[in-house]
Amino acid sequence: MGKRVGLEVTVAVAEAVALCRIDMAGGYPITPQSHIAEHLSNLVADGVLDAEFVTVESEHSAMSAVIGASATGARSYTATASQGLLLMNELLPIASAMRLPICMAIANRAVSGPLNILNDHSDIMPQRDTGWITLFAENGQEAVDLSIQAFKIAEHKDVMLPVCVNIDGFQLTHMVEPVEMPTQEEVDKFLPPFAPHATLHPAKPVTMGAFAMSDYFAEIMKAKDEAIKNSKKVILEVWDEWGKMFGRNYKAVESYRAQDAEILMLTMGSMGETAQVAIDELRDKGIKAGLVKLRLWRPFPFEEIRAALKNAKKLIVTDRACSFGGPGGPVFSEIKSALYAGDHHPAIYNFIYGLGGRDVPVQDFTGMFEKVIADTDNKAKDTYEFWGVRE
Amino acid sequence: MNLVENFDLYAPRLINKKELFSAGHRACSGCAEVLAVRLMCKALGENTVIASATGCMEIVSSMFPTTAWEVPWIHVAFENAAAVASGVEAGLKALRRKGKVDDRYVKVVGMAGDGGTMDIGIQALSGAMERGHDMIYVCFDNEAYMNTGIQRSSGTPMGASTTTAPAGKVSMGQKTWKKNMPEIMVAHNVPYVATACPSYPLDFIRKIEKAKSVKGPSYIHCFSVCPTGWRCPSHLAISMGRLAVETGVFPLFEVENGHYRLSPDMPKKLRPIRDYFKAQGRFRHLTDEEISMIQERVNTEHKKITEKAKYLKTGNE
Repeated sequence: MGKRVGLEVTVAVAEAVALCRIDMAGGYPITPQSHIAEHLSNLVADGVLDAEFVTVESEHSAMSAVIGASATGARSYTATASQGLLLMNELLPIASAMRLPICMAIANRAVSGPLNILNDHSDIMPQRDTGWITLFAENGQEAVDLSIQAFKIAEHKDVMLPVCVNIDGFQLTHMVEPVEMPTQEEVDKFLPPFAPHATLHPAKPVTMGAFAMSDYFAEIMKAKDEAIKNSKKVILEVWDEWGKMFGRNYKAVESYRAQDAEILMLTMGSMGETAQVAIDELRDKGIKAGLVKLRLWRPFPFEEIRAALKNAKKLIVTDRACSFGGPGGPVFSEIKSALYAGDHHPAIYNFIYGLGGRDVPVQDFTGMFEKVIADTDNKAKDTYEFWGVRE
Repeated sequence: MNLVENFDLYAPRLINKKELFSAGHRACSGCAEVLAVRLMCKALGENTVIASATGCMEIVSSMFPTTAWEVPWIHVAFENAAAVASGVEAGLKALRRKGKVDDRYVKVVGMAGDGGTMDIGIQALSGAMERGHDMIYVCFDNEAYMNTGIQRSSGTPMGASTTTAPAGKVSMGQKTWKKNMPEIMVAHNVPYVATACPSYPLDFIRKIEKAKSVKGPSYIHCFSVCPTGWRCPSHLAISMGRLAVETGVFPLFEVENGHYRLSPDMPKKLRPIRDYFKAQGRFRHLTDEEISMIQERVNTEHKKITEKAKYLKTGNE
C-alpha cells in the first residue's frame, strides 16, 4: 500500500508518470502545466527516472517528438494546456490515426483571446473529434490514478490510442492535496512494459504515416471510430482491476445522491466537489437534488448517461466552454443528443460558467437549482445561459 | 580526372548496390530529387530511420498500401520532420540504453523540401539542431512548393516565375533573394553542414557518409532540379544541376566545425548565369538588366564563399 502524502497535484502527476517508467517525455513550458514538465525533468536530472527528456521549442514539436518516440516503441508522455494544446491540434488526429499510445496531461486553461491563464475547458473542447480517449479528473487522487491507468488503457492491444487526462488548471493543478501514491512495485504489477506490435527500427523496417486517398481514407477513419468505441470495454476492465488493487473504484459516470433526485445537475472536472456541497445544502432544505459527474468524455458513455439520468424531471448541464453561435455548451449538446434516442426526456437547462477562472462558489450551484425550480412551466428549458455574467 | 565523367567506371565500385528506395514510386520523369533520395539511402545504409515531411517525396513514395521505403520511415506532417526525427532519436536512444531494442547504432534522418525546411519547418529544424540530437537533416531544395503546384517559397530564386509570384507586365516574378539556409545552419554551430547536388553523385554520397559519421546534428542542403516546376526538358535535369554549380548559382561546399571547404567539383572560373537561365521556362521572361542584376549578386556571393573557404579553412584556427 502506498503512502499518503501531501503534494501539489502537478508534482503528484509527474511522480505518477515516473512510476510508469516512461522512456521519453517532451516538455514545453506553459502555465499551468509547467510544474509537470519541471518535476519530470528534475526526476531525470536526479537519475530517479531513466528517460529522455526532450526540451522542445514548441508544443507542436512536443507532440511531434512524442509521436516520433512513440513510433519507436518508447513509452512517451507530454503535458500541455490552452494555446499549447491548440498548437498541437494538427497532430492530435495523426497520433490517433497512427494508433500511438501516447499519454498527455492537459492542465485545462482558457483559450485566448483575451489572454487568460486560468481554468476552463475551452482548450480541450475543440479537440473533441481528434480520436483521443479523454478523461477528466475531479481531484488530486484521480489525477494521479488516471495518469497511471492512461498508459494501461492506451497500450492495450485492443485499443492502441492516445489518452489525455484533463486536470483543471490552478483550481486542481496547483492545489496541495492529500494523495495516496502507489509504490513502484504496485505500479510495476499493474502496468506491464509496453509491447508494441510495430516500431521504427531497422530490425524490421516498416512505413508509418503513409499517404491514403479516397480509396482507403474512409476505412481508416471507420477503424479509428471502432477502436475508440471498443476502448470503453478496456477502460472499464482497467478501472475494475485498479479498484481491486487499490480500493479506489472508477466509473464512466459517477452519481451523488441521485437515486431519488428530481432535479439533477451534471458536472465535469473539479467543479464536482463544490457542486456536491451544494447538493447537501439543497437536500437539507428538502429539495430532491442530485449530482451526476462525467469522467469519460471520449468514448462518450451513452448507456451510463441514460441510466444515470433516467429518473430526473429536470436536468442542469453545466459547461466550462461555449460553442459560439451553436447549441450552447458542448457537454449540453452531447447530453441532449444522448437522450434524444431514449424514451426519457427531462427538461434540460444549460449554464455556462467558471470561464477564464471565474470563481464558482457553492451558492452559484444552489442558485442554478433555484432558478430552474422557479421555472415551473419549463419555459427556459433547452436554452443556455452564461451564469453570473455582468450585463 | 573527373570522376563524374567516368561514372560507369568508378561509381559501381563505390556505391552501395542495395536499393533502399525501390522502383515503382510515382515521381515525375526527370525528377532529380527522387534520384537524390535514392542515392542518400544507398549512402546511409540499412541502419537508418527516416522521418519525412509532407511533400513530393512523401506522396510519391508512400501511397497506401504500397511503399518505396526499404528502411524504417515515418511521415507525420509538413512542418515537423525535424521534431519527429528528434523524437525518434530520443526514443531509440532510451530504448537502446535500457536494452529494449537491438544494441546497434541507428542513424536518424529528417528530410523535407525547401518549403518544409526553410518556411514552415524552420522552427522545428532550428530547435532540433540547437538541442544537438544525433541526426542528419536533409533539405531537398527544388526551389518552390512543387507538390502543391509550383508556388513560391523562401527558397525560390530571384526572378523565377512561380504560380504565386508569377512574371507579369509589371512583375519579374520572385522579387526576393533566396534564403541562405546553409548559413543559417552554420550559425547553429552544428558540427557538419554541406551543400550537395545529385548531378555530382559521388560528392553527394561522400557528404551523406560524412554526416552519418558525425555524432550530433548535421545538415545537408541538396539542390534538386525539378523539370516540371522549372519548365525545362526532363532529360536535362542532371545537366541543369551541373549548370547551377558551374555558374556559381549553387556553390558546393561543406563546413566542418566552422571550417569551410569548397568541393573539388567547383569550377575555377564561373560560367555566366545566362547559360543556366536560358534552358528554364521559369527564367525565360527576364530582361538583360534583370539577369545582370542577378549575375552581380551571384558574383558577390561566390566571392563570399570563396573568401570563407580561404580564411576559415581547417588549420586557420
